[in-house]
Amino acid sequence: MRRLLPALFALLFAALPAAAQMPMLGDSIEQRERLQIGVSTTEIAITSDFAGADLTVFGSVDYADELLMAIGQYDVIVALEGPKDIATVRKKERLFGIWVNRRSMTFEHVPESYAISSTRAVDSIAVDTALNDRGVGIAHLPLIPIGFVGNAANLGEFRDAYRRLKTGSGLYARDTAGVRFVSPSLFRASLRLPANIPNGVHTVHAYLFKSGVFVADKQLLLRVVKTGLEQAITDAAHERPFLYGVFAVFLALVTGWGASVIFKKN
Amino acid sequence: MTIYLPIAELSVNIFVILGMGAAVGFLSGMFGVGGGFLITPLLIFYNIPPVVAVATGANQVVASSVSGAITHFRRGTLDLKLGTILLIGGLAGATVGIWIFSLLRRLGQLDLIISLMYVVFLGTVGGLMLMESVNAMRRARRNEPVTLRKPGQHSWVHRLPLKMRFKKSTIYISVIPVVALGFGIGILTSIMGVGGGFIMVPAMIYLLRVPTNVVVGTSLFQIIFVTAYTTVVQATTNYSVDIVLAFILMVAGVIGAQYGVRVGQKLRGEQLRALLGLLVLAVGLRLAIALVVTPADVYSVVVGGMN
Repeated sequence: MRRLLPALFALLFAALPAAAQMPMLGDSIEQRERLQIGVSTTEIAITSDFAGADLTVFGSVDYADELLMAIGQYDVIVALEGPKDIATVRKKERLFGIWVNRRSMTFEHVPESYAISSTRAVDSIAVDTALNDRGVGIAHLPLIPIGFVGNAANLGEFRDAYRRLKTGSGLYARDTAGVRFVSPSLFRASLRLPANIPNGVHTVHAYLFKSGVFVADKQLLLRVVKTGLEQAITDAAHERPFLYGVFAVFLALVTGWGASVIFKKN
Repeated sequence: MTIYLPIAELSVNIFVILGMGAAVGFLSGMFGVGGGFLITPLLIFYNIPPVVAVATGANQVVASSVSGAITHFRRGTLDLKLGTILLIGGLAGATVGIWIFSLLRRLGQLDLIISLMYVVFLGTVGGLMLMESVNAMRRARRNEPVTLRKPGQHSWVHRLPLKMRFKKSTIYISVIPVVALGFGIGILTSIMGVGGGFIMVPAMIYLLRVPTNVVVGTSLFQIIFVTAYTTVVQATTNYSVDIVLAFILMVAGVIGAQYGVRVGQKLRGEQLRALLGLLVLAVGLRLAIALVVTPADVYSVVVGGMN
C-alpha cells in the first residue's frame, strides 16, 4: 500500500492557484472552507494472503482561517466505509441448561467495515449530537433496527454488542492520531485496511470540523477487488452454484475411484 | 503451512486438515463406515462454520463411498431395485432436509440443531455399540456360542400394504418402510452432512430383514446418490460447499481408508467395535459440553440477508 503514498500532490497543487486567484473583496466576505482529498488509486487489488495494510489519504483544507488553524481549532476526520448490508446480532440465553440463540436484532444498511482516523479522539472534536447527525465515529454510526423491536431497552445492549464484536474482529477500527497536518493546509490520514476487508465499493469520507462545528466534507469511491485462485473459487460458488456443485461431486467421484484403482495395483 | 478456505473464509493449517481426513479415513476403512459423522464434528471443533462443515462433509462422503460401491457393484453384492426405492425416499428426504436447513439458518438456530442432533445420534449409536461389543466380549470369555438373532417372526413392517418383491435380497416387503427409511436418512444427510450408513445398515438388517451380504453394497449405492444430490443442492441454495476443504479431506481420507482396511482385517471385531463406540461417545460428549458451557460471548453478528 506504500504505492499509495506518493499520492495526489498534483491534485492539491491544482487547487492552490484557485485560491490565489480569489478576488480580494474585503474582510467582510468570508470564504467558506473547502476540503479536498485524494488517493493514488481508485482500485485496490488484494490477494488471499493479504495480511492488512495502511491506506494513506492526502487532503487539503482551503480558505481556512489561519489564526484558528494555528491554534488547532480545525479537526479532520477520515473514514473508510465498507459496502453496506444488513447485520443481525443474536444473543444466547440459557434454556434447559444449554445455550440457545433466543433474541436477535437486525440493523439496516450498516457498513461491513469501518476504519476511522482523526486528528484527535472523535468525541473531543464535536459534541455527540453533531457526530450522530452525520454518523461519524464507531459509536455514532446509525444502527437502525428493522422490524419489531420488542423491548426498546434492549436496543442499546444490541448496539453495544454489535460495535464491540465488529471492533474485536478488526473490521471496525479507530485511530485517534491517524490524521496529521503536514503543513498549515495539507493533511495526511492513514487508514487501517483489515486482513478480512470485504470485497466491493468502499467510500473514503472526510469531514472538516471548526471549533466543534461541521463545516465541510468530501467523498471518494474506492473499489476493493480480491484476486487469485481463492477468489475465483468464491466467485464460481456464488455465480455458477450449480456447475460448482456438480464439479465438487465430480471431483469426489474421481478421487474415490482413483484411489481404488491406484491401491488395487499395489 | 496455512491454506485459505474460500467458502469457510478462514485460514487453516493444511496438515491439521490432512491429519483429520487421514485419521477419519483410516477409521472408516477399519470399521467400514463412511466417516461423515466423525468428519463434520471434527471440522466444527476446528472452528469451521457448521454450515460449511455439513455441506462439505456430504461432499467428502461421496468420495469415501465410491470405491466401496465399485467393489460391491463388481461382485454383484447390491440390490439395485431396493437401492432405487431407497434412493427415491432419500432424494425426497434430502430436499426436505435442505429446506429445513435453510429455514434454521435464517432463524439462527442451525448451529444448535446440528450440535443437538449429533449429540443425540452419536450418544445413542456410540452407547449401543459399546454395550453390544462389551456383551460380545463377555460371552467370548465365557466361551458361550455367539447367538445370532434369528430373522424369524414377521413384525408390523410386514403387514403394510404396497408390497414388492426384491429378488436379490430375497424379501417381499411393502415399499412404505423402504421409502420412509430412505427419506429419514436423506434428511440426516442434508442436515448433518453424513452418509447415514451407521443407521441405514442396522435398519436394513433388523427392520427390513435384508440379507447382510447385500446390505452394505445397497446402502453405499443410495448414499453416493443422496450425498451427491445434497452436495449440489447445498451448493446452489446455501453456497456452503468448500471445494478446497473437501478436496484435502477426500485425498487424505481415501488414502487413510486403504490402510485402515488392512489394519481392520487383523483386529478382532468386538474390540474394534468397542473402540469405535468409545470414540463416537467421546465426540458426542465433546459436542454436548460445548452446548452447556457458558460461551465466551453470548452475542454474535451475522452480516447479510441469507436468501
